[in-house]
Amino acid sequence: MNAVCFRWALLGALLTTPVLAQDDPRVGLGAGLFDAEEAIWNLSLVSTNVPPEAYVGVTNSDLAFKDNYVFQGNYNGVLIWDISTPAQPVLVKDYLCPASQNDVSVYEHLLFVSSEAFGGRLDCGTQGIDEQVSHDRLRGIRIFDITDVTNPEYVANVQTCRGSHTHSVLKDPDDDENVYIYISGSAPVRPAEELPGCSDLSPDEDPGSALFRIEVIKVPLADPAQAAVVSSPRIFEDLVAPPRHGPSPADLEAIEKARAEGKFIISINGQSMVLPDQYVGQIISSWAESVGKEGELTAADTAEFRVALQGMFSAQADGEAENDGPAPGPTQCHDITLYPEIGLAGGACEGYGLLLDITDPENPVRVDAVADSNFSYWHSATFSNDGSKILFTDEWGGGGGPKCRPSDPVEWGANALFTLSEDGKMEFQSYYKLPAPQTSEENCVAHNGSLVPVPGRDLFIQSWYQGGISLMDWTDVKNPVEIAYHDRGPVDPNRMQMGGSWSVYWYNGLIVSSEIARGLDIFQLEPSEYLTANEILASNTVVLSYLNAQGQPEYRWPATFVLAHSYLDQLERSGALPADAIASVRSDLYHAASAEGDARAQLFQNIASALESSQDAAKAGLLKETLDALTQ
Amino acid sequence: MQTASLRLPAILILLWSPGLLLAQGSMEELEALYWARQKEAMSHFTQADVDFMTGMIGHHAQALIMSRLAPANGASTAIRTLAARIINAQNDEIELMQNWLRDREQAVPQVHIDGLNLMMHGGGDHGHHMPGMLTQEQLEELSAAQGMEFDRLFLTYMIQHHAGAVTMVEDLFAVDGAAQDEAAYKLASSIHVDQITEIARMQQMLDDFANQSQ
Repeated sequence: MNAVCFRWALLGALLTTPVLAQDDPRVGLGAGLFDAEEAIWNLSLVSTNVPPEAYVGVTNSDLAFKDNYVFQGNYNGVLIWDISTPAQPVLVKDYLCPASQNDVSVYEHLLFVSSEAFGGRLDCGTQGIDEQVSHDRLRGIRIFDITDVTNPEYVANVQTCRGSHTHSVLKDPDDDENVYIYISGSAPVRPAEELPGCSDLSPDEDPGSALFRIEVIKVPLADPAQAAVVSSPRIFEDLVAPPRHGPSPADLEAIEKARAEGKFIISINGQSMVLPDQYVGQIISSWAESVGKEGELTAADTAEFRVALQGMFSAQADGEAENDGPAPGPTQCHDITLYPEIGLAGGACEGYGLLLDITDPENPVRVDAVADSNFSYWHSATFSNDGSKILFTDEWGGGGGPKCRPSDPVEWGANALFTLSEDGKMEFQSYYKLPAPQTSEENCVAHNGSLVPVPGRDLFIQSWYQGGISLMDWTDVKNPVEIAYHDRGPVDPNRMQMGGSWSVYWYNGLIVSSEIARGLDIFQLEPSEYLTANEILASNTVVLSYLNAQGQPEYRWPATFVLAHSYLDQLERSGALPADAIASVRSDLYHAASAEGDARAQLFQNIASALESSQDAAKAGLLKETLDALTQ
Repeated sequence: MQTASLRLPAILILLWSPGLLLAQGSMEELEALYWARQKEAMSHFTQADVDFMTGMIGHHAQALIMSRLAPANGASTAIRTLAARIINAQNDEIELMQNWLRDREQAVPQVHIDGLNLMMHGGGDHGHHMPGMLTQEQLEELSAAQGMEFDRLFLTYMIQHHAGAVTMVEDLFAVDGAAQDEAAYKLASSIHVDQITEIARMQQMLDDFANQSQ
C-alpha cells in the first residue's frame, strides 16, 4: 500500500472549547498569602494551620494518616499534627530533615519518606551537598520508627538509582510480616561511583539498567533495618499502545456526522475513525489499481471500496503487530496506586496509564495499558471503590505551570476516566477538569486526591494546586460533575508564585489538604442538593486506622439506619421512586429505628413493598440489603 | 559566582531550635518570614544554572518556530495537537525561566521570532549551539514541507530537538552544585520527564508512520 497516513488522523478533540464559568465565584478572587480572598461551596473550612517558623516558606507536600495524626511532608522535613480537635490541631512534632519531595506514608509503627533531589543527606543535615558524587547523599526511602509519634526514630534507609520522587506502600492481604514499597523515581540515574550498580545504559546494552523498570522494596516489619530492594520489575517490556485517547462524546458525534455525510469510516482497535479527505484519493486509486478498475468509479464501486477499506486496514494492523519490535515505552512511573483488595494497581507512567496485577507483590505484571493524545504526563491513579472504574490524572507541566487559564483546553491537564472490565481492559469514557478558570498567576493542573466514602456513589476529592480543591461526582462516568469546592486567590497578585493544594484526602469525616504555601487546611462536607446530611453521616461511619492514598483502602459501610436513609435520598434525587413512596419509606424508616422485633420486621416489609416500584433496582437492592442486615 | 548549596537561610537557623517549638509569631511576621525566605532562596545558584536557563530559553524558542509551522503546512490533526501543546508548554516555561533569571538579577533574554528567524536580545547565549538545535537549513527544509512530509519531518526534527533538551538537563545535573535551587531543580526535572515522555510518544507516531508507508 502507498503511504497511508491514517494514523495521523487521530481523533481531534474540541481543543479550543473555553471554560465557560464567568459567574463562578472563584473567578477574580483577591491575592494574598495568608489573607487571600476565598470561595467555598458545599464545604466548611474548619481550620487553617500554618507551619512552624522553620517550615514557613518551604513547600508542603504529601500527607499520610494514622489514628488521630496527620503526617505532612515539607521540603524541610515532616510535620506531625494531632487532629483530634480538627478546629485546633496540635503540632506534636516537627522533624527537620531537608529533602524533596519528602512524600510520606505510614504503616503500623513505621513512617516512610521519599527523597529525590540532590540536597538530601543521610544525616538529615541542613547544609546540602555540592558534589555530584557523595556518600553523604540519600536518594531513596528513609524509614522511621514512630512507636512514639512525638519522637520518630530514624532507623533505616534504602538507596535507589533514581531516588524516590514518590512511593506507594503495599500491604499484601496474605502477608502480615512484611510490607512492600513500590518506588517511583523519574529523575536521572545516579553515577555508579555514588551508588554501585546504577546504570543509565539502555537495557539492551546493560541488562542491569536502572531505566525501564520500577523498584520494589521489602520491609520486614519486625526488623525494618533489613529493608532492601528485592526486585526491579520491567513492567514496561513490549509495551505498545496507540498515542490516542478513546472517543469522547464529541468525537462520537463527529464520527456519526461524518458517516451521515458519506465520509469513509474505518475501525482500528475497536475505535472508529474518519479517514481524512487528503488520503481518500490515493487510497481509492491504490485500491482501484489493485482490483483492476479503471476510469470513473461507479456508486457500486464506492460501496465495494467501503467494504474493502476496512479489510485493508485490518490486514495492515495485523501485519504491524509482527513488525513491531520492543517499543521505547516509559522508563519509570510517576505514581502507582495499589488497591490490594482487588489485586490491582494503577500505574501512571510517563505517556501511559497501566493496570498491574499485584497479587504477587514482588512481581507485578502488566495486564493493560492505555495512552491518550490529550495527556501529557500521566501522574496518578485512583480506582472506584468497587474496582469497576479507574481515573488517571495528567500533571501537564509538572505542577509549576498555570494550566487552568480560559485558553487552556479542558482535555489538557485533566482527569481521564475509564471503565475497567472484569477481564482487565480499560476503556476511556470522559475527561474532567476543574470547571473554574484560574489566572496566569496560579499554578493549576490535576493533582492528588482520594475517594470520599459516600455509599452508592463515586466521589473524588482532588487538589488542583492554586485552582483549589474540587469534589467530583463520577458515578456517571460519562458525565462527571463538580459538587463542592474551595479556592483562594493567588499567593502573589503580580506573578506566579508556587502554592495551592498539593494533596487533599478524606480521612474519617475530615477533608484534609496540604497547602504548599499556606499550611494544613481541614474541611468538612456540608449538605446540599447534591449531597444530603444522611449521605455525609453515612460516609462518617467508615473509620480508617490509617491511610496512604497511594495504597487505596476498600471502604465498607456498617449497616445503619443512616445508610438506609442515604440510599433512600439517592432514590429521591434520581426520581427513581415516586414522591409518595419516598415519603412512606422515610416515615417507616424513622419508626423502624425505634421499633424492635416483629414491629420492625413489619415496617421493613412495608418498605420492601414500596421499593418494588423503584426504577433503580440496584439502588433499591442496596437499601433492602441494609434492612436485612438491620433485621438480624 | 554565587555560593551553591542548599543551606538553610540564616533566619531559619536562628529560629529553629531542636525539640523546642517556638511560639508562633503574628500572621504579619509569618508573612514577612515567608517572603524573606523566598528572597533568600534566590541566592543559592551556580553559573551552570544561569547558563542552563539562558540556553534553554533559546532552545525552547526554536521549538516555538517549528511548532508554529504546523497549521499552515498541512499538518495532520495529531501533529497540530502535539504542536499546540508544545507551544503552550514551552511558552510558559520560557516565562518561568525569564522570571528565574530576573529574580536573580541575571541578564534576561527576550525572544523575538520573525518567521524562521530567531532573535534574542538581552541575554548572553543565543542557544544556536545547544544540543539538538536545528540548523537553518533544517528549519528551511521543515518550512518547505507539506502534509505528510511535514508530519514526518516535524517528528524527526522535534525528537532530535527534545533529545537535545534532555541532554542539557543531564549535563546540568552532572555539574557540582548545580540544580540545588528548588525552582531550578523542579523546572529542569519537569523538562526532563516531559520531553522524554514526548519523545516516546513522537517515536511511536513515527514508527506507525513508517509502518503505514511500507
